[in-house]
Amino acid sequence: MTSGRTINTATFLGIPPFPIAAREALADSQLRGNLRHATHTIRTKRARVAAELDDWEQLRVAAADIKDDVLGNMGHYLEQLEESLTRAGASVHWARDGAEANRIVIDIARRHRVEEVVKVKSMATGEIGLNAALEEAGISVWETDLAELIVQLGNDLPSHILVPAIHRNRSEVREIFLREMGKVGMPAEADLSDEPAELAGAARRHLREKFLRAKVAVSGANFAVADTGTLVVVESEGNGRMCLTLPEVLISVVGIEKIVPTWTDLEVFLQLLPRSATGERMNPYTSTWTGVTVGDGPQEVHVVLLDNGRTKVLADEVGRQALRCIRCSACLNVCPVYERVGGHAYGSIYPGPIGSILTPMLRGVGTDEATDALPFASSLCGACYEVCPVLINIPEVLVHLREKVVDSHRGGVPGTLQAAMTGASWTLGASRRLALLQRVAGLSGRLLGRRGLIGRMPPPLSRWTDARDVPAPPRESFRGWWARTDGDRKNAGPPPHTPRKGGEQV
Amino acid sequence: MTAREEILRRVQAAFVRAPERPSTDTGGNQWIHRDYAHTRDLPDPLALFVERVQDYQATVIRTGPDGVAAAVAKSLAGARRVVVPHGFNPSWVPDDLDVVRDEPALRADELDAVDAVISSAVVGIAVTGTIVLDHTEGQGRRALTLVPDLHVCVVTANQIVGDVPEAVTRLSSPVSAGRPLTWISGPSATVDIELIRVNGVHGPRTLRVVLVESPTT
Repeated sequence: MTSGRTINTATFLGIPPFPIAAREALADSQLRGNLRHATHTIRTKRARVAAELDDWEQLRVAAADIKDDVLGNMGHYLEQLEESLTRAGASVHWARDGAEANRIVIDIARRHRVEEVVKVKSMATGEIGLNAALEEAGISVWETDLAELIVQLGNDLPSHILVPAIHRNRSEVREIFLREMGKVGMPAEADLSDEPAELAGAARRHLREKFLRAKVAVSGANFAVADTGTLVVVESEGNGRMCLTLPEVLISVVGIEKIVPTWTDLEVFLQLLPRSATGERMNPYTSTWTGVTVGDGPQEVHVVLLDNGRTKVLADEVGRQALRCIRCSACLNVCPVYERVGGHAYGSIYPGPIGSILTPMLRGVGTDEATDALPFASSLCGACYEVCPVLINIPEVLVHLREKVVDSHRGGVPGTLQAAMTGASWTLGASRRLALLQRVAGLSGRLLGRRGLIGRMPPPLSRWTDARDVPAPPRESFRGWWARTDGDRKNAGPPPHTPRKGGEQV
Repeated sequence: MTAREEILRRVQAAFVRAPERPSTDTGGNQWIHRDYAHTRDLPDPLALFVERVQDYQATVIRTGPDGVAAAVAKSLAGARRVVVPHGFNPSWVPDDLDVVRDEPALRADELDAVDAVISSAVVGIAVTGTIVLDHTEGQGRRALTLVPDLHVCVVTANQIVGDVPEAVTRLSSPVSAGRPLTWISGPSATVDIELIRVNGVHGPRTLRVVLVESPTT
């Protein structure tokens, strides 16, 4: 067991459904300011470097095609990848779900009798809650990406795929470093300022001792090349290189959708990913490794191929395109909803538009209220689809999932929406009932409406009016107006030069 | 049923119909649209490479074959204890260095105590300002060009290609041979705090490139 130096790892469990979490996030003006600055800066840079390549659209089409080839022949490529990895000296493990993947990683760490592992930022390990599982097993986990370190030391949750601590400002980071670093290793200097360069320096010193002594590292992978068995990690800080190079044992948890068929296919993705993600022509460091290289880097290499719901996504004919995702986060940065509420409201490691489709499909529609709320966390404006480097039609999948959510709720106790629809069906089904209701509405509109709008209505209608103004019903319905004026003919007469035939107007 | 069998079964069950398109091994994925640019027509790839490397706040010195040692010395800027990988061109090593060899292999903490590393490379990419190492002769194992705080990298003009597809093609044989690769675009960097770019977190905080041109280029 460890000496009590472990950090409690926060999880997304218990985050309220999107509409409630979003309301809290919207009230946080600091958060909104940070998010606005971050998303606008990255989206401007992305647009600039994407425009530099005149074959950008062709690259997107190629990327989508290559990923579709992988999805359509997943079994073949998985077996090919396994064979290539094994040939290159790696041990291949298969994990049906997160719990199984976590057990595999824990078993390997225990076999090496380590009390700690260093970790490269990875979405897949975040998805399966690996850190919490390792700590429960008495193994300390050191996140080595600067933002992940800030999140971990602050016992906090990531809020963006690429810059997970974007909700924190520099003085908060300074406080976290001063308060927490000493508890788990080399403390920050007492006179640490809140200059980003100084804060990064503190992280460098704090983590270096951990890198130099680490025996086991855990990573994900951005790509896994089926025909060569090569894994690829794309990063900026060099923490990835440290983890992939210095320890004796390397365990990489790789979602089965990370496959690309051939080494050559990377010529497409290594152009699209950095430009879409950070808006750079190329990220500072990309590492590729193929199993074990004698005399260079870890001499024991494990790869855990992770399903955890991915085959469920694969079975959804409309939704499977989400498995093309290369986790660039361009869709977050252009999303008007994400920009305002941030990542935490989505209650998942995958926030933003891609999270709104991926999370419900990985977890399964109908699992819980929070998951089912996600496909509705969008205005369907389509900005995400426009920037997606692998052409995922996110709005299409959102609408598809909304339908599935509604379907999954049929047959139970009718919700407000269903009650309203049933009422509408009854009212619209007979003209007398509609006319009566409209007269009542016209009267109440005079009572409720100010400046032609109704601001607030009582529950359950407040769920609509809390976020939207409802136009007050007009004093007179169209049907009433038509009956009274005969379509305006009684008052104004026919428009000039309109031919009339026997009292009938065409 | 093992996890492997179960996942492969799920994959197969995911498609009610057989996959619409055949896979690579049968040569059947010709339907993939690959009409993006496979080469880029650049008026002066070397100049572009220099400009793009400098965009990342790395310095570049252009020199002829006779000036390499001097350019490396200048790039080292006073660093004394320098790791020189096996197979690095001896005529490129400046005099008066305290040369540290990786034979026998240095421990990570020993590497942490040197001032700098000099290495060669295998490919340079003009459009992206990237240098690629395949960690063969003259480049050392991966840790050598990672732990020291200053990396001086010597690239020759014939190693410069236009863009990523040309680099991927050239790198195909080291990858097939199982070599690891490191693609380097400027010094280590982060924007994790308020999106302000800070150079140098864990990798070398300073990258200096020496570009060697033969008299005819």
